[in-house]
Amino acid sequence: MVDAPSYGVGTDWRRFEPVLLRLMDVEGSETLSVYRDHGGYTALEKALAESAPDELIELVKDSGLRGRGGAGFPAGLKWSFIPKDPSLPKYLACNADESEPGSFKDRYFIERDPHQLLEGMLITSYAIAAELAYIYIRGEFVHGTRVLERAIDEARQAGLIGKNILGSGFNCEVYVHRGAGAYICGEETGMLSSLEGMRGEPKLKPPFPAVKGLYGMPTVINNVETLACVPHIVQYGAEWFKSIGTEKSTGPKVFCLAGHVERPGLYEYPLGISLRDLIEEVGGGMLGGRPLKGVIPGGSSTAVLPPDKLDTPLDFESVAEAGSMLGTASLIVMDKTVCMVKAAANLAHFYSHESCGQCSQCREGTTWMAKILDRIEAGRGRKEDLDTLLDMCHSMKGTTICFLSDSAAIPTEAFIAHYGEEFEQHINEGRCPITPVERLR
Amino acid sequence: MRPVAANRGGSRGLRFGSSAIPFFDDPLVPFFTYQWSGDALVLDAPFLETLERIEARYPDRRSAMLPALYLLQERDGYITPEGMQALAAHFDISPMAVYEVASFYTLFHFSPPGRHQIQVCRTLPCALRGAGEVVTHICNRLDIDVGERTSDGTFSLQTVECLGSCDTAPMMQVNDLYYDNLTRAEIDAILDELRDQEASHTKRPGPDGY
Ligand SMILES: Cc1cc2nc3c(=O)[nH]c(=O)nc-3n(C[C@H](O)[C@H](O)[C@H](O)COP(=O)(O)O)c2cc1C
Ligand code: SF4
Ligand code: FES
Repeated sequence: MVDAPSYGVGTDWRRFEPVLLRLMDVEGSETLSVYRDHGGYTALEKALAESAPDELIELVKDSGLRGRGGAGFPAGLKWSFIPKDPSLPKYLACNADESEPGSFKDRYFIERDPHQLLEGMLITSYAIAAELAYIYIRGEFVHGTRVLERAIDEARQAGLIGKNILGSGFNCEVYVHRGAGAYICGEETGMLSSLEGMRGEPKLKPPFPAVKGLYGMPTVINNVETLACVPHIVQYGAEWFKSIGTEKSTGPKVFCLAGHVERPGLYEYPLGISLRDLIEEVGGGMLGGRPLKGVIPGGSSTAVLPPDKLDTPLDFESVAEAGSMLGTASLIVMDKTVCMVKAAANLAHFYSHESCGQCSQCREGTTWMAKILDRIEAGRGRKEDLDTLLDMCHSMKGTTICFLSDSAAIPTEAFIAHYGEEFEQHINEGRCPITPVERLR
Repeated sequence: MRPVAANRGGSRGLRFGSSAIPFFDDPLVPFFTYQWSGDALVLDAPFLETLERIEARYPDRRSAMLPALYLLQERDGYITPEGMQALAAHFDISPMAVYEVASFYTLFHFSPPGRHQIQVCRTLPCALRGAGEVVTHICNRLDIDVGERTSDGTFSLQTVECLGSCDTAPMMQVNDLYYDNLTRAEIDAILDELRDQEASHTKRPGPDGY
């Protein structure tokens, strides 16, 4: 048993010591022995010995833990939707499909601290009475798959996975399932289709997976980081978790910092750290000292923020108020040398490539969006292009099976809203006004 | 707090020589590495044994479709029509239904890829750090375009979407390994090394996985 971390610091990030990432730089952190040396699996022991499943659901509800996969849905509440009917099999699916441009946190969780995730999954499975749990990992993470397979095997041999876990009578199997290269399999219903051996096409909700999920049975789907928080909540309590972060966005959060900063990387801080502190202090400031032009705060699907929003605290509410979303807290920082039309086009190509094609608004919208943005960037834009784009974006939102279509429209709208002049300049001058910069050393 | 150190081996290609896959020979890993028997037409006994072991992980054996396709690709190098027919018979569905699934996923190939598949991430965070120039540089070095294969079949080049390593941009994946924080000199060295490997190995290490 290790001492409770000594911080209960609100949003004072300077005094914060990492919780979720605490083992990431420890040699051998992916092994059971190192994990156990650092107090691993004591939370599982505690949960199985001291708590009824319902109490765990209440605990996680109390903690205020919100999903770290993008939507920020309260985890405990999601678990509580699982029907209690003992005759129905229930499943847990861990979403490790991480493909949102800008996000790379889940890969570190998997490669560096797989047992933290497994412990979280076992506690979650116990809370929702699931005896089968899957980790849906994106196909490109070959090393991560190996690390997980090995960790599961070690845990099974130690009696932590399988029948009668730690003598509690609770049975649970955990398996890894590899995706095969499709962003849309990160969308929860697409992921379930893929797990069932089908094309990874999303399905209309409702019914929600908690009622009718994998093989038509109640299923909880949570992101890797969400599940990794669970052992710490069990170990140190809901009050401790709530003492970190802000009132409505509780707990520690892992931030992915990428783009034009001096020190890109993975950093853990309380929710509520400001954008400015994260870029200027944590990230070592802008790359080469060049001025900031814009920052995407929550992964590619979220709206870009201009420099005057630098003082926004990074919690779910404040980022929404600033006109964007916290999403996966993956920051893409862009300096003055970036052509915003090109940036928008780059992302549009991503969505056009990843649309599963079921809905016409999304399939056609993403394709045309990419083509029109390319055209503007190349200096062949037409006067009416911006209106066409905005019109398309409007019709792509809230009209499709899943949120991918909205995710493509939102960034484009924001780029036009904040950098409209630059778009117009491209169209009026018939060329890109930004001088390209040599970036590869 | 320091950032979590990016370069600690793992999925990263430890450059120049050393084996980058720490657990490859680890007996603990229940990874099913299937050796090619030379027969691409039927699901022979060892193949079926492996597949059935995987099927036992799911309440519905259809869930083993993706693992089965991986096995097939590992055995044959790519997804062959014959292989899809054999899988269709195994799962009691039409060959078209197998193709429908396989073609949804970008990691399944329907023609032989280069022995070293270079996949450069082109998405925004990497683009901001020079992904475009990485692509141009490799194209020039190998004298091919994106989507092509060198005439000797050693390399193929693709651009792909975010590989979840944006902190180490620009980056690329070659076969199973990530190479990151790329510079011109490093790209050159990586390509040279892969070509040398090619000269000293008759059989490629091969993409593995299910
Ligand atoms: C297009 C699309 C892609 C998504 N990709 C991911 C992903 O890669 N990883 C993830 O955890 N959630 C992803 N999500 C969110 C999931 O649908 C789901 O909300 C999440 O996994 C729930 O976990 P959480 O409540 O723990 O956040 C995606 C959603 C959409 C619409
Ligand atoms: S919105 Fe796009 S990705 Fe989602 S189901 Fe429709 S076509 Fe597929
Ligand atoms: S954008 Fe290249 S790894 Fe994420």
